[in-house]
Amino acid sequence: MRNSSIINVSRRGILGGMGAGAFVLAVGLPRPGRAQEEEPDFGRDAMPNGWRDDPKIFIAIAEDGIVTVTCHRQEMGQGVRTSIGMVVADELGAEWENVRVTQAPGDEEKYGNQDTDGSRSLRHHFMPLRRAGAAARTMLEQAAADQWGVDVSEVKAEGHKVSHAGSGKSLGYGELAAAAMDLEVPARDSLKLKDPSEFRYIGKNSIGLVDNMDITTGTTTYGIDVRRDGMLYAVVARPPVYGGTVKSLDDSAALAIEGVEKVVRIEPSEFPTEFAPLGGVAVIARNTFLAMKGRDALQIEWDDGPNADYDSEAYHETLSQAANSSDGKVIRDEGNYDEAAAGAAQTVEAEYYIPHLAQAPMEAPAAVVEIKDGQAEAWACVQAPQVTKLRLAERLGLEESAVKVNVTLLGGGFGRKSKPDFVLEAGILSQAMDGTPVKLTWTREDDIHHSYYHTVSVEKMSAGLDESGKTIAWRHRTAAPTIGSIFAPDPMQKLPLELGMGLLNMPLAIENIRAENPQAPAHVRIGWYRSVSNIPHAFAIQSFAAELAEAAGRDQKEYLLELIGPAREIDPTNQGDVWNYGENPDVYPIDTGRMAAVVEAAADGIEWGREMEEGRGLGIAGHYSFVSYVAVAAEVEVVDGEVTVPRVSIAIDCGAHVNPDRIRSQMEGAVIMGVGQALMTEVTFAEGRAVQDNFDTYLIPRMEQAPKRIDVHFVGSDAAYDRPLGGVGEPGLPPVVPAITNAVFAATKKRIRRLPIADQLRS
Amino acid sequence: MVKLVINGEERQFDGDQDTPLLWVLRDEMGLTGTKYGCGIAACGACTVHIDGAPSFACVTPVGVLEGAEVTTIEGLSEKGDHPVQEAWRDLNVAQCGYCQAGQIMQAAALVDQYDTVTDEDIDAVMSANLCRCGTYPRIRAAVKQASAAKSGTPTEAETQ
Ligand code: FES
Ligand code: FES
Repeated sequence: MRNSSIINVSRRGILGGMGAGAFVLAVGLPRPGRAQEEEPDFGRDAMPNGWRDDPKIFIAIAEDGIVTVTCHRQEMGQGVRTSIGMVVADELGAEWENVRVTQAPGDEEKYGNQDTDGSRSLRHHFMPLRRAGAAARTMLEQAAADQWGVDVSEVKAEGHKVSHAGSGKSLGYGELAAAAMDLEVPARDSLKLKDPSEFRYIGKNSIGLVDNMDITTGTTTYGIDVRRDGMLYAVVARPPVYGGTVKSLDDSAALAIEGVEKVVRIEPSEFPTEFAPLGGVAVIARNTFLAMKGRDALQIEWDDGPNADYDSEAYHETLSQAANSSDGKVIRDEGNYDEAAAGAAQTVEAEYYIPHLAQAPMEAPAAVVEIKDGQAEAWACVQAPQVTKLRLAERLGLEESAVKVNVTLLGGGFGRKSKPDFVLEAGILSQAMDGTPVKLTWTREDDIHHSYYHTVSVEKMSAGLDESGKTIAWRHRTAAPTIGSIFAPDPMQKLPLELGMGLLNMPLAIENIRAENPQAPAHVRIGWYRSVSNIPHAFAIQSFAAELAEAAGRDQKEYLLELIGPAREIDPTNQGDVWNYGENPDVYPIDTGRMAAVVEAAADGIEWGREMEEGRGLGIAGHYSFVSYVAVAAEVEVVDGEVTVPRVSIAIDCGAHVNPDRIRSQMEGAVIMGVGQALMTEVTFAEGRAVQDNFDTYLIPRMEQAPKRIDVHFVGSDAAYDRPLGGVGEPGLPPVVPAITNAVFAATKKRIRRLPIADQLRS
Repeated sequence: MVKLVINGEERQFDGDQDTPLLWVLRDEMGLTGTKYGCGIAACGACTVHIDGAPSFACVTPVGVLEGAEVTTIEGLSEKGDHPVQEAWRDLNVAQCGYCQAGQIMQAAALVDQYDTVTDEDIDAVMSANLCRCGTYPRIRAAVKQASAAKSGTPTEAETQ
């Protein structure tokens, strides 16, 4: 089995020297001893600890016939527990009502990569899990054939039993389980996968969510719901400014509260902080309320440290200056931009601002840790249980083997829960209480104040058009603090993987293109947020495409299609994108035909070109990310400067479909998150502190602000299971915002260049 | 000390009477179906019924609940078969599911109280409950379906 985390540095040297934490970004560090000339690993092969397809790891069949599938990817709303169950059950020939799904603890040695981000759970594990199911099916058939003394070719497994046509005999999976699981696992290349025409669950809408009953009756367990005997409850007062420390502490009032058990100092972490706790003061009490009450009673004086002056208005200015200077690092250069722009009949410029965002999963970070006999056990809502285990072991001074991380359901993740700082806090506190189980709860204020924020960007776009209105020169300058700053001394330059999110790999057919990346220092923890750098890049590129259409006097959609150009396959490495979402560019080239097709489908879905009432407008945007193609067409209504989005049409081509209903729900959710980013969502800083506190000021859409109509359109070969899958969880989001702001322009002739719209249109 | 009825059972709490009902339910009674999302009446994750009315448990001090009847998601129906719960499953409303206990409690009160539920009602009532995953379109459809199921009228989809 190829399960190494090795990558070829020469081709894909992304984070070399970035520090060990970088591996969670799925760009494994080079390992010594690997010859450079070997073929590089891609996709699932390039992930740390790779993948597994051994049925004995993922499938257990009990005597009563109940099949238990172990899900090694984390559930945060994308439906992966259901989808993985479907994949395995289908190949296994199991009846769905006899299938259960259980959650694996963090153990990549056993399960292969478990880091659930990058929209790759099914993309990477669909085939290995199909093989696991097929192998178990083969073993059941063999066990039956052995029992009947017939050749295995005469028997067939389906419908939770193995049948022998000749004799009419059949045995249930439960009856065969023990014998089957004693057999050797058949060789990988001997397996016969189902023909897609035989699929009963994969690609169908027949299966309800495995957690439906528990969710609707309140019996699920999220990180915040874990209960252990004798458990205490904690909250932490963290430095309000990134890098701050406690100058003085008076905890007497807190300790005087009945039910407050202890006040514990958590040491601050050095830059770069990676996943280490921010430090501060914890209050441990008999329940959450008392812990919060104790925290309120703490008298803390903070030393705010080097980021005390961070101010969003001033920093906007800083980024703007950087984006308007010509000394940024050139990261893409094709043709001759300067010459082409100088000779253009018309030049257009625009500068866009995209603010910080907090993931704000509905369940804020929460974890329980208990330590017994030198063994630490955590229960936590983490996207990346393996790195959680490693960092927890390091921080507690334990061997990795002495730490177990159980994964609960995640009440949303969006990237926040890839970073296990909160689990480490719980571990430190349990250790301070001699191993007593401690539940650490983040309040919503904690979550907004101490996120791993989506970066803040200024994108400066310039272009030249010829007499016919065709874009002949295009320059994109991007200035934004980098995720790299939490892993290494601030490189102040975007990482290749950030640049590879829609900027370097932008598939527009323009002859003279230059992209530049001036420096931008980070003053808060920068982290990944659903679709990451695709958010600013798609906003800038797709807004600018619409501005160019306007300058050329053309229909926005027609002009966008013209910019996309003729159907062709682009090797992103030819455009300087050495990352390509970790995938092999030969297998995953950028296909502009697919891009154009989703644009057409989104446009058709909204009835592009129809007559609009006063104050209404249509806008469109398309974006390629996570090796999937998505376009969004939005209808907005603007009344007295108030924008609503009554209708959205979203089209996705993500290759073959495993669970179409969950693709649909991800698109619906992406649209609504995008409506928030367009209209209202933003974190700003003043005096180093996040200004927003809670959902009263950090605004996300409510029912009344959600589009009344969202149509999801599937485009492409959704049943071509021999073709590689694309991502689903993230790619819906990036084109939503520019589609909305382009529609605002159509409705009002006012161009939105700063997000969110907030009250910009109010006079 | 306060005595109240939670899901039909008499319970008492003699700790700090300022403790919000939310933390009494979750930490003291082990009823973790009711969720924390904001603590300031801004998200609805903690929605329970107090004497039949949907209420935010996070801002309700337990001390004011002497004699009150509290229903949480765990007690909404015996078998998880309230029409709202059934509609929620039927339409696969949930994504992460975290907000859904609150959504269901809010929706159940709406559906139980009114014979018909309009889009305007849904906007007005369900806007109290945030969903970061963006399940609003399905919540809207499920509320309508549950309302129709309760009153025995076919839904739009069924009549088409
Ligand atoms: S937790 Fe009560 S409304 Fe948010
Ligand atoms: S389903 Fe995740 S917050 Fe609503």
